[in-house]
Amino acid sequence: MLDFWEKDIETILQKDLQRLQMQKLQKTLQTASQSYYYKKVFNENHFGFSTVTSLDDIRKIPFTTKENLQKYFPYGFLSAEKKDVVRLHSSSCTTGDHLTVVFYTRNDLDSWSNLVARSLYTVGVRNTDVFQNSCGYGLFAGGIGIQTGAEKIGALVVPSGTVNTKRQIQLMIDFGATVLHTLPGYVTRLIDVFNEMNLNPKTDIELRIMIIGAELHSEEKRQMIQEKMGVKAFNSYGVTELNGPGIAIECEFQNGMHVWEDSFLFEIIDPKTLLPVENNSYGELVVTTLDRRAMPLLRFRTGDITRVVSGTCDCGRTHRRIDRIKGRTDNVFFIKGCKISPEQIEKVLSRVPEVGNNFIIVLDSINGKEEMIIEVEVNNRVFFDHYSKLEKLTKYIIEGVKSEVMITPKVKLMESNSLTRCDQVSGRVRDLRKEG
Amino acid sequence: MMTIRQLSIFLENKSGRLFEALDSLAKEKINILALTVADTSEYGILRLIVSNPEQGQKCLKARGFSVNLTEVMSVYTSNKPDSLATTLKLFSDDNISIEYMYAFQFHDKGVIVFRTDDRQKALKVVEKSKMELVKQEDLV
Repeated sequence: MLDFWEKDIETILQKDLQRLQMQKLQKTLQTASQSYYYKKVFNENHFGFSTVTSLDDIRKIPFTTKENLQKYFPYGFLSAEKKDVVRLHSSSCTTGDHLTVVFYTRNDLDSWSNLVARSLYTVGVRNTDVFQNSCGYGLFAGGIGIQTGAEKIGALVVPSGTVNTKRQIQLMIDFGATVLHTLPGYVTRLIDVFNEMNLNPKTDIELRIMIIGAELHSEEKRQMIQEKMGVKAFNSYGVTELNGPGIAIECEFQNGMHVWEDSFLFEIIDPKTLLPVENNSYGELVVTTLDRRAMPLLRFRTGDITRVVSGTCDCGRTHRRIDRIKGRTDNVFFIKGCKISPEQIEKVLSRVPEVGNNFIIVLDSINGKEEMIIEVEVNNRVFFDHYSKLEKLTKYIIEGVKSEVMITPKVKLMESNSLTRCDQVSGRVRDLRKEG
Repeated sequence: MMTIRQLSIFLENKSGRLFEALDSLAKEKINILALTVADTSEYGILRLIVSNPEQGQKCLKARGFSVNLTEVMSVYTSNKPDSLATTLKLFSDDNISIEYMYAFQFHDKGVIVFRTDDRQKALKVVEKSKMELVKQEDLV
């Protein structure tokens, strides 16, 4: 498995890489300055073309945050003419004021699908493979994004999307899928349905590789997936704002994910001091795109906590590795592939006069299915004598949350003052999902 | 006053919670005359007729319970086997919707407690059939 999609780039020498990055960075700054947002930022800071003369100078440029993207939605970050933009992607899990968008020119799409192809080739996908992509299609970048990369390699793509689990399995059997791309949180359900169908994923299907990403997951979880599914499961890192999938991928040695540094200039910063961390400690991953034309991003704060894995990798790739994502700087959590923040739940609940400020979000796995259970205290405005009113209240909260975060929660009404006071929103999430 | 006051308490389905509510009232020497618990898998509603509903509410609230006072209608029935059915028929004949109902023995009389949104209609039935309304003072 030791051959490369693009050997020269993947094994490039440090000094050549840095020269390449510098060239691309200059071009990126030039392109970015054509967007409304970055033009404003450059003017306010009196930036010119001589501001950045070394890679370290990137630190002179302010960070770009998700809030910036949301505030200047939809076209504030567009750096190309609309006639040259051929696609956009957006997070499909939130509504209204939380929306962010990414635009692509034809070249951006080519560049992106090449990075995805490079990533998939790295984990062993070949043109003889049957590649099942069980991720949401549509606005979500993970669907089409992974597909175009797999197609570029020449694999036979089965775009199963989010059809029900039984169908996913039947498709795997019908077409002899050898590779599966899916969310780590979904695998427990997959295994359960295999069992229900009296099938053994280790012997009854042809899967040999799984690509898992888009959600935080532990090494234990990966081991469990490999063991129960009889596959090698590779961690894949992607961020919607930075294309989607195809930013970093594990190689055969599964010890950190190689970041494609020819396309992404990355830093690890201390989220409190905003300075680079020392000695490869954990910090927040900040990324500057080097190839994007429609919408370059400068020093985008991903909110993901990781660290550089030091040393050279035995696979021969010289692009540095980052460790599996340890956590987030904010309180965002993942469920069923969606990123949700407790603040969004709080927003819904604040509109319900019968409930108080105290609530807890419990994430659990029930019968293999992930569930989000919102335990919320009722207050004195609830009329406790009326069942139908209590049921109606429960339903009202469920509908409100569903329309805000696209996931249908379970809601448990609790007595007033029964939850421990959680003044800080960060204490509100209790994740009970087991590793196996 | 045409109604009596009932305590409606929201209880989580946690073991021991019902006992804690009743124990709180017992500690304040509040007499429970009637009790009914209705439940779903998620939570229960405990309804109580007590000798001093205002004090009962205060006492439960102080101990962290979620409690309302609900106005319910209540009539005496005689202690005969067909008395309950006969009384009920008078209400249903007039299409009065009863959300819930329970009954208990008070001294030597039967008492029916029920909750209806058709209170005016129910009162007319009570007057017409010469039923005797239970008054809050009776229950002290």
